[in-house]
Amino acid sequence: MNEPAAIETRELTKIYGSGNTEVVAMHNVSLTVRRGEVVALLGPSGAGKSTFLTAAGLINPPSSGQVFIGGQQVMDGPAAATDLRAFRRRHIGFVFQKANLIPFLSAHENVIVAMELNGASPRAARARALELMRELEIDNRARYRPAMLSGGQQQRVAVARALANHPSLVLADEPTAALDSRRGRQVMELFRGVAQEHGAGVIVVTHDHRSLDVFDTIYEMEDGAVTRLPADHAPR
Amino acid sequence: MNLAAKDVRHNLGRFALTAIGIGMLLMIVMGMAGIYRGLIEDATLLVDRIGADLWIVQRDTRGPFAEQSRVPDSLAYRAAAVPGVASAREFVLHTIQRQHDGQRLRMTVMGLSWPADKGEWLPLLAGRPLRQNHFEMIVDQSLGLQLGAQLRLGKEIYEVVGLTNGMVSSSGDAMAFVTAADSQAIQFDKAGEAIRLERSGRERRAASHETILRQPGLSEQFSGSMANLPAVAPPDISAVLVRIAPGADVQRVAQIIGGWEDVTVHTRQQQKDLLVQGMVDKARRQLGMFRALLTIIAAIIMALILYTLTLDKIHAIALLKLIGAPNRVILGLILQQALFLGALGYAIAYVVGQKVFPHFPRRVVLTDGDLVQLAVIVVLISVMASLLGIWRAMRVQPNEALMG
Repeated sequence: MNEPAAIETRELTKIYGSGNTEVVAMHNVSLTVRRGEVVALLGPSGAGKSTFLTAAGLINPPSSGQVFIGGQQVMDGPAAATDLRAFRRRHIGFVFQKANLIPFLSAHENVIVAMELNGASPRAARARALELMRELEIDNRARYRPAMLSGGQQQRVAVARALANHPSLVLADEPTAALDSRRGRQVMELFRGVAQEHGAGVIVVTHDHRSLDVFDTIYEMEDGAVTRLPADHAPR
Repeated sequence: MNLAAKDVRHNLGRFALTAIGIGMLLMIVMGMAGIYRGLIEDATLLVDRIGADLWIVQRDTRGPFAEQSRVPDSLAYRAAAVPGVASAREFVLHTIQRQHDGQRLRMTVMGLSWPADKGEWLPLLAGRPLRQNHFEMIVDQSLGLQLGAQLRLGKEIYEVVGLTNGMVSSSGDAMAFVTAADSQAIQFDKAGEAIRLERSGRERRAASHETILRQPGLSEQFSGSMANLPAVAPPDISAVLVRIAPGADVQRVAQIIGGWEDVTVHTRQQQKDLLVQGMVDKARRQLGMFRALLTIIAAIIMALILYTLTLDKIHAIALLKLIGAPNRVILGLILQQALFLGALGYAIAYVVGQKVFPHFPRRVVLTDGDLVQLAVIVVLISVMASLLGIWRAMRVQPNEALMG
């Protein structure tokens, strides 16, 4: 079975500054996430989790190492092997700690815009956005602007936007930080569903240990290096 | 989805206020063009309306609008005798300022050559042309007089029998039309005491020095004002207006009259050119430069506003880039808003200008050409002004969406 991985990173290293001010934020991180796999990335603040996530999400290029998504090499060191913005649009969904919604669009439109940017027809985008919002129980707030939504509601809209284009890879940075435990669990299970139903690989940076049972694999980062934890060693 | 329109709707109040501000600024630019055009139109309107083919004026002068010109009224008869001349009539023009019902009235009085000219050519808004040789006048409505109003000018009372629209002199004063004889009477009116002093001075001089003036017939004539003495009075009309007979050659007639040693002749176009290039040239250039400055200021202000609006959206722009929006989407967002602001500002400028400009003391003439020109300038300004915002937006990195 040679199906390409959702994402594979090889010896990703990120160094900020140079000389005396040099900081190694990430060191030789090699990690593979299969399609349909849900991965948790644990670690203390400053361990390099977000650096890894932005490098994997083609937002912040690594200093060295390679990134393969769906079997296609997209980064070779800091050099892009493809149009990164178009690649992100088609293949990657993002959910961040802060919902990061566009303030002048309604909740519904925030989901639609991601699909329209990817070439979806307005009608199809509207229908899919509503379907996702219904799944996330946020459809009754579809017309509201982000400023009129609670933190949890905003985060669910962000999740809906991340899933809108059927991404092959979903990257989430503390997506449940603003949610109560029930909603947090719901979002984690949603990621699980996305992975299973759409064959997407999901990487979630989280401190929420209550939902770790949802994940197939758990990695821990410390001082820029990543370690895979055995299932029975995962912190509870 | 039109992101620009969504952002405008979201910040409607702010956009509306910004558009009103830009609109007011553009209204001033528009008004400047209108004042500039009005100045030229006012300057040439009278020349066009009078419709004379040739203007005969005092030798080496530029005509009655530009400087003092005095020619004898007999010149009209000399001109009428030239082959190819259909008619020649006197032209008298002077500006006066009087008090009427506590109001200051400033007007340029033009004498009509009665009975050939009763003012039928004037664009009458109300009333009628002159019907008698004396004491009737037609005035422009901007003077504020009503039909039937009675106005004391000199020693006589004149009744307003007609009202014109838009008839102002090159200096913007309302025009008043009376017969040439009345115009001269108004112009050369002197107080009784002044006439008495003039007369006694003349009689004293005659008694002591000029024996010939002691003739009884001459003494009789000396009792009047200097302006009424045929042999002594200065020439008392400003110009003679000539109409050329159908089929006659204007240049040929101008050449004949131009050959006379005591006068200079100008064609209608030359008279208009003299007005525009001479009399109103500095005001025209000043307005033109002021307009150019205002346009530049409007561009700078628009650029700053659009830059600020872009800065306000910088997080949203970074986010759009993060979720993969191509540059054309970002560029379209800023450019569309710039064009929308420009278009809305222009519309506000036009609508408000239409209400405000008629109340200006001088005419503001908005021509289609000037409006189209300003519309093109607004489009250019909008595009140029958005460049600063676009430059900033293009520099935003997607990871800035994750900050703050």
